[in-house]
Amino acid sequence: MADSIITDRAKGAPLIAGFTEEGEDLSPLNLAASNLSPLGGDAAKEHSHGGGFGVADSSRAGRPSSFDPNDFPALTGREEDWRFTPLKRLKGLHSEALSAAAAPAIEVKVTEGNLELAVGVEQAAKSDARVGFLAPEDRVAANAFAAVETATVITVPAEADGDVIVASIHGGNDTPSAQHIVIIGEPGARATVVLDHSGLAVLSQNVEIDLKEGADLNVVTLQRWDDAAVHASDQQARIGRDAHLKHTAVSFGGDVVRVTPSARLSAQGGEAEMFGLYFADAGQHLEHRLFVDHAAPKCTSNVLYKGALQGEAAHAVWIGDVLIRKEATGTDSYEANKNLVLTDGARADSVPNLEIETGAIDGAGHSSTTGRFDDEHLFYLMARGIDEKTARRLVVRGFLNEIIQKIGVASIEEQLSEAIEAELAQTEN
Amino acid sequence: MSTLEIKDLKVGIETEQGHKEILKGVNLTINTGETHAIMGPNGSGKSTLASTIAGHPRYIVTGGEILLDGENVLEMSVDERAKAGLFLAMQYPVEIPGVTMTNFLRTAKTAIDGEAPSLRTWTKDVKGAMEKLRIDPDFAARNVNEGFSGGEKKRVEILQLELFKPKFAVLDETDSGLDVDALKIVSEGVNRAQEENDMGTLLITHYTRILRYIKPDFVHVFVDGHVAEQGGPELADRLEEEGYDRYLAKA
Ligand SMILES: Nc1ncnc2c1ncn2[C@@H]1O[C@H](COP(=O)(O)OP(=O)(O)OP(=O)(O)O)[C@@H](O)[C@H]1O
Ligand SMILES: [Mg+2]
Repeated sequence: MADSIITDRAKGAPLIAGFTEEGEDLSPLNLAASNLSPLGGDAAKEHSHGGGFGVADSSRAGRPSSFDPNDFPALTGREEDWRFTPLKRLKGLHSEALSAAAAPAIEVKVTEGNLELAVGVEQAAKSDARVGFLAPEDRVAANAFAAVETATVITVPAEADGDVIVASIHGGNDTPSAQHIVIIGEPGARATVVLDHSGLAVLSQNVEIDLKEGADLNVVTLQRWDDAAVHASDQQARIGRDAHLKHTAVSFGGDVVRVTPSARLSAQGGEAEMFGLYFADAGQHLEHRLFVDHAAPKCTSNVLYKGALQGEAAHAVWIGDVLIRKEATGTDSYEANKNLVLTDGARADSVPNLEIETGAIDGAGHSSTTGRFDDEHLFYLMARGIDEKTARRLVVRGFLNEIIQKIGVASIEEQLSEAIEAELAQTEN
Repeated sequence: MSTLEIKDLKVGIETEQGHKEILKGVNLTINTGETHAIMGPNGSGKSTLASTIAGHPRYIVTGGEILLDGENVLEMSVDERAKAGLFLAMQYPVEIPGVTMTNFLRTAKTAIDGEAPSLRTWTKDVKGAMEKLRIDPDFAARNVNEGFSGGEKKRVEILQLELFKPKFAVLDETDSGLDVDALKIVSEGVNRAQEENDMGTLLITHYTRILRYIKPDFVHVFVDGHVAEQGGPELADRLEEEGYDRYLAKA
């Protein structure tokens, strides 16, 4: 692969307590600052709701959170977590009052298994203790929280064992709207929950995922919106003791899609697998910002996002923040992002950030690669008898398949393979 | 018997400074079963000839012909040439992201043969060929050429040669970057392909060492975009002694 950047540290490589690895395009100023102030210092750690706003802070731990959008200054686009996002195309999700009524309809069905009756689906008031257990970390998410009165709460009962629950979220207008969904995995529950987004919407959405002790949820969020859709989705998961979350974000459709999944490993033995797949076409902005917060001993996280890009001004952004706190001894963590650029004019930004506050871990590493499929690749494959169309498909399918295979639900895997074929058919025209 | 004929071939490339002529009338005829070695100084156009035979789009043919049993090769697309039985082992094989060797080999074999190989014999063939070339079985699961060492890439080119069974193979400096043992292993692979399929070989090299293992019937001296002299194997030894000064002075 030409033009590739590879940063990699093998698992189990020696680590220095307090060692930080920042993304490659952090400004020298920030780098200097992060070297001066010890990470995890009091100021950085404080979960501030006020005074600390807008203060540049290189540690992910110091990011402010609040339920009130007014606690966040109006966005300028220069903020660290918004610097890649085209605010002008957000259609007011960051600046206007949002409508809960205009939000896409949610229809929940159990498609595999026999839990029709047992899966709880209800509208809960936002004052309900099950709603808002993790505060929004940016203005757009807080704006959505302010706008909703109720949340759709999907409760997977303890006896669930491999059921597939699909929430079809279908939009039909472009009014800036807000929505809140809570997914609860009761202790020991094992199930797949799919959030399947389609149609047209301008939506800021909060999804909270609560995994109780020993729960094992496979959450898949599919963004296959119409071309004009705008979607900001903050998906925060709290992972209980010995619980396992597999979270897969798949983004194909929409003008601007910004998904910010976070996994809070706050009890011993938790495991987070965070996967993602995106296919950005001409003019599309697809952004995924991960946060894995290791705050308890003996937790594991594994992040892998893969994206293909094609067409003029196709833009993909991937940020992977992994924080291993002092108390997270015995952590094993790895994150990787791989992009495949299929045509000129497409751009992939990829920034892994690994902050480690303890030396007593099993392993931590990250890698980011951006490869190009160019004429030389095509020539090589064609010189072996493979026609151009097949060559292109071979490369893209092979590249993205790794993620599709991780989903583990045959019907969804098939749908995604078809979606990739459809994306590929676009370049051929 | 098949014949690959190159007649008065003229090839150039587009550069920022305009059109640059590289091949200035190449004549060469190879029959199946024969081995032709091409030797010549750096930049004389050997790789250009190889890539032009395979159909690399960068090279623009401005005159002459390439015929495979009378068929016009220049009118064929790159994949059609491979299907017609031409194979190029590249000087610098590229790494292909996202495609495993297994998947690639099967797809290419299917394309070349026009039908999918029987799964059982195919798996066995691949395993056997890899063993003979001392390629680690793990390579099957790796992406094409990705992270392979220089020598490993060359072995994998010859692996393909053995599996795809072309009529004519052009080997562009397959011996460069190989250690002594690998040189022998790779040469044996080429000789096997030649014997089993009655393959014709065009071997581009800078060194006579490989010619100890792969015996050429003809040696061509390539200078400044054309064949300056032809002879038998003894010509290679003479080149090793004297270098190319004689030809360069003339050119
Ligand atoms: N893309 C290109 N741009 C500019 N010049 C090129 C390009 N490709 C080839 N050339 C030039 O064409 C000439 C022939 O190159 P070629 O690679 O065919 O030589 P070669 O005989 O294979 O050399 P070597 O023994 O070093 O492999 C050289 O002068 C080279 O610089
Ligand atoms: Mg060369």
